[in-house]
Amino acid sequence: MSIGGLLGYLVSFAIMAGIYAVFCLGLNVQWGYTGLFNIGIAGFFCIGAYISALVTSPPPTGEYAEYVHQAFSFNMPFPVGLMAAAAACGFIAFLIGIPTLKLTEDYLAIATIGIAEAIRLIFNNEHWLANGPRGLVGLPQPLKDFFINFGLKPRDYNYIYLGIVIIALVIIYILIERAIRSPWGRVLRAIREDEVSASMSGKSIFNFKMQAFIFGAMVMGIGGALYAHFTIAISPEVFTPLYGTFIIWVMVMAGGSGNNKGVIIGAFVIWAIWTGTRFLTDFLPYTLKARAPYIRFLVIGILLEVILIMRPQGILGEEKRVSKLAE
Amino acid sequence: MLELTVYGIVLGSIISLGAIGLSMVYGIMRFANFAHGDLMTAGAYVALFMITGPLAWIGIPDTTFGPFSFGWRIVIAFPISMLVVAGVAIFLDRILYKALRSRGSGRVIMAMSALGASFIIRMGVLIIWGSDYVFYRPGLLRPALQLPAGIKIRPDQILILIIVVVLVVILHLFLQRTRMGKAMRATADNMELARISGIDIERVIMWTWGIGGGLAAAAGILYGIDVQLHPGMGWNFLLPLFAASILGSIGNIYGAMVGGLVIGIAQQLSTAVLLPTYKPAVAFLIMIVILLIRPQGIFGGRRR
Repeated sequence: MSIGGLLGYLVSFAIMAGIYAVFCLGLNVQWGYTGLFNIGIAGFFCIGAYISALVTSPPPTGEYAEYVHQAFSFNMPFPVGLMAAAAACGFIAFLIGIPTLKLTEDYLAIATIGIAEAIRLIFNNEHWLANGPRGLVGLPQPLKDFFINFGLKPRDYNYIYLGIVIIALVIIYILIERAIRSPWGRVLRAIREDEVSASMSGKSIFNFKMQAFIFGAMVMGIGGALYAHFTIAISPEVFTPLYGTFIIWVMVMAGGSGNNKGVIIGAFVIWAIWTGTRFLTDFLPYTLKARAPYIRFLVIGILLEVILIMRPQGILGEEKRVSKLAE
Repeated sequence: MLELTVYGIVLGSIISLGAIGLSMVYGIMRFANFAHGDLMTAGAYVALFMITGPLAWIGIPDTTFGPFSFGWRIVIAFPISMLVVAGVAIFLDRILYKALRSRGSGRVIMAMSALGASFIIRMGVLIIWGSDYVFYRPGLLRPALQLPAGIKIRPDQILILIIVVVLVVILHLFLQRTRMGKAMRATADNMELARISGIDIERVIMWTWGIGGGLAAAAGILYGIDVQLHPGMGWNFLLPLFAASILGSIGNIYGAMVGGLVIGIAQQLSTAVLLPTYKPAVAFLIMIVILLIRPQGIFGGRRR
């Protein structure tokens, strides 16, 4: 592989790992700090990707109009797509939260699995909404035309996109760090540790949980939008429990739930293992090659079990003191 | 409409078998076993392995019984698969959940471990058998019987109902009459009291996994006979299983049976107006409604 090819590979690796890091930060707000057991990340992933795709893409024209059905297309700029994705996910989280956040944590888990499955089924079966199982292709990419007018080669566009993902990741990281180090963030941790004593201190458990759930879901929506505009083609089969939920959980558990730096490290480490095992499966005998992805997921699954038993706090572990005043 | 209800009872009886195990595990260990659907998948595929592998090699004939679409091979494979999956469930408990339990990990960590186990089981099935839809016995389906009121039902489906009733009666007698059954009910009621009364909790847990796993395997095989086998089948059953257990008050075995029937009938009736692929979503919708109006389920006296 040439140097240029290697560099190009590393850039797309970093983009995907960065997008997964955004999801991990969102999950960290819900699980790491508040103890909300959301295993329907794929649903928010899917909604974020589709909403941003629909909001930013121009209406299909010419021959495409015959084959591509989508409920709406607003041709809006990229940032509007991100905000719409976040708003839609926040709203879905609000709806899910009403029946489940007052119950024990397992009910939230079951309900989030349910919503993720329902969302995927809807996008798969309702052809008028977003083209059914064939999905949407040729999604617009931010600033692409602008840079190509400056003479950038289309294949080098990923460098620009990497910059966009890093900026988004840094902004979300700073926002969450500030929120967690505020009194609001300390209430979340108090709820996670002991709901009864938090509620005796006069805090509304339901309201705080709801806020954390919505906040985390909005971050996931942005992650979904970033994914859609990177791959420029989305279809419902991407947002399965494996790619959409499970691997993100493994990243958070590996990096250290309750530690924002940790979960970002976790995202890069697990994504490196996931993409790295692809090279290893090249050595498999021919008959097993078609099943290589399953073997790689088996490895990820076993990794999660090992982490849960051997090192439940993850690589970094939780940062215990998060108040500036507690030094 | 009546026909769909009958099919719903068949599907519901299969859901009941799975939901009983899920509810028992929750009742005793207080954690949501997200791997339960995949234990069903495992059961269905272990039976497939027996039918196409060892039983064919030792020369068990592939003939069928009268009006049914299966023969001796499934009859032999059925209990073997139940035992194997019971063993798998106990093995998972020994290597995963027991370590977490003894360390005092919360129920959420246990549930996450179960989620990991569910993916491991499914990946194992996918690696060995691939992702195609398969049947126990390829070929034409046997003609359906014509019942009064214009209901068509296959002989297989009648037998599925009979097998479910037999298994449930055996379970009922086990829980009511045997020492272990009583110990299980006592542990589900109050684990600490059971422990100080001298009940060996670890043995109770082992039996719970064994029975839950065995029933899940039976449910998976029966679904395979009724419809077909697919590595994702158990995952698609997960929402109906939880909906049935919650509807019948989670931890309550008799509630899980009723819940399973209700969910199965509702899922089949929904196909009159919705695409059949929406069945899991229908179960989910019912679950959300229950959580909103009566989260403790129909048989739950108190909220946990």
